[in-house]
Amino acid sequence: MELANIFKYLYQSLANSGLPQVWVDIIALVAAGLIVFGVLAVIALFLVWWERKVSAHIQQRFGPMRTGWHGVLQTIADAIKLIQKEDITPTNVDRPVFYWAPIIAFVAAFLAYIAIPFGKGLIVSDLNIGILFIIAITTFTIISLLMAGWGSNNKYALLGGMRSAAQVVSYEVPMVVSILPIILFAGTLSMVEIVEAQAKIYQWFIFRVPFGPIAFIIYIIAGTAETNRTPFDLPEAEQELVAGFNVEYSGMKFAMFFLAEFVNMFTVCAIATTLFLGGWQGPFLPSWVWFLGKTLVLVFLLMWFRWTYPRLRVDQLMEFSWKFLVPLSFANLIIAGFMKHSKWFNW
Amino acid sequence: MGLIKKVPVYIEKFPGGGILTTSLDYVLSQSRASSLWYLLFGTACCAIELMATGASRYDFDRLGMIFRASPRQSDLIIAAGTITKKMSPRLRLLYDQMSQPRYVIAMGGCTVKGGPFYYDSYSVEKGIDHIVPVDVYIPGCPPRPESLLEGCLTLQKKIKKEKIADWS
Repeated sequence: MELANIFKYLYQSLANSGLPQVWVDIIALVAAGLIVFGVLAVIALFLVWWERKVSAHIQQRFGPMRTGWHGVLQTIADAIKLIQKEDITPTNVDRPVFYWAPIIAFVAAFLAYIAIPFGKGLIVSDLNIGILFIIAITTFTIISLLMAGWGSNNKYALLGGMRSAAQVVSYEVPMVVSILPIILFAGTLSMVEIVEAQAKIYQWFIFRVPFGPIAFIIYIIAGTAETNRTPFDLPEAEQELVAGFNVEYSGMKFAMFFLAEFVNMFTVCAIATTLFLGGWQGPFLPSWVWFLGKTLVLVFLLMWFRWTYPRLRVDQLMEFSWKFLVPLSFANLIIAGFMKHSKWFNW
Repeated sequence: MGLIKKVPVYIEKFPGGGILTTSLDYVLSQSRASSLWYLLFGTACCAIELMATGASRYDFDRLGMIFRASPRQSDLIIAAGTITKKMSPRLRLLYDQMSQPRYVIAMGGCTVKGGPFYYDSYSVEKGIDHIVPVDVYIPGCPPRPESLLEGCLTLQKKIKKEKIADWS
């Protein structure tokens, strides 16, 4: 039951309907965008509920129980409530910056999915610079956080935005360098070809010792920091910064930041699945089930981090990145280069 | 808000329009009732009971209630503890910063009527309904988590009865 065949059939029947090719392409792209948007919105709503249940069970609670079966409708209720809430624009904010920040966060979170393969053939566009594009696009999130911090005209929001910028810039370095060995061994930047380079389970990049597991661990740590989640959630530290960069946002604008955060978390895990865990590859089940399953396991891992570890201090955060992760990832890259050169480890 | 108040009145005149407005009312008020995010606001010993209610044993999250630190994102202010005359402008400010629709629960004797111990104090506000409109009063000194949960359920019942046409 491959979803790609259905989409291929739909595209074929659209192409045979006699419309000009330009219109066929435009309709196909718009439809693909809407489908990806819809699927991700549902996934983000699901993840919010799941996070609340995971956190609750880790803390020996139940979590949402009253809204639907075990609270499955909780996030839908939250979303409808947030739509109804008054949309406050405080008097002294920088209006255009304040207005556009959540929109940029939202768009940047969704743009990365142009190049992520959800399954065999389930990709909006197989860019030949896939992973480079994704890294470039996901970094846009910092701009929106800085805009939110600056535009709110609030000292806590500004501190949160600045912290977030410093944090994301420092963790971007180990994250990209930890991805480089994968690109070196796969010999390509395209996400689809990287997945196809991991056809057998022993070919998955996480199992290629020694560089694979190290790169995976560095990537997951840096990815947690990139998405501003505990133990690296300094930009929204409640004790010090009230709510961080989104302190002045209410109603739907806040909901957009919230959704973007969860979509970003899913993005980090989807990239990790594609690069390290063989993407959609797996026996028996359809490819998109494998992709979703692996990604959700990683998402669960991130949630587990969040509800287990205490928050780091700012200086610890920076020291951990620049004094430990960056040298380690460069050493890892050198080891991978030697392995590639020596031909002993040619899987 | 004027338009939102008028539109249901027009829709109701069409045949079958009543079903539409009542089910819309149901969905909107149900969702508002089941996701009351409360503000972190505790001024005295009642706050300890509030924390206990939020923690594992009693678990506010079952009702869909989570705390938000910022008044902009919260729907409910649980005034937990003595509100002194000096604190009352801050309470009013926090209430004004919240976005509508917003609700207030007065938790404990001090917020209901000045409290059992501070009733003759020069510095204590004699009930927070002098400052902000209160939806639900919870007596007790301090009220146990069970009574706070009961108060929240009462507030949910009240919200579920609200209609779009009542919005101000």
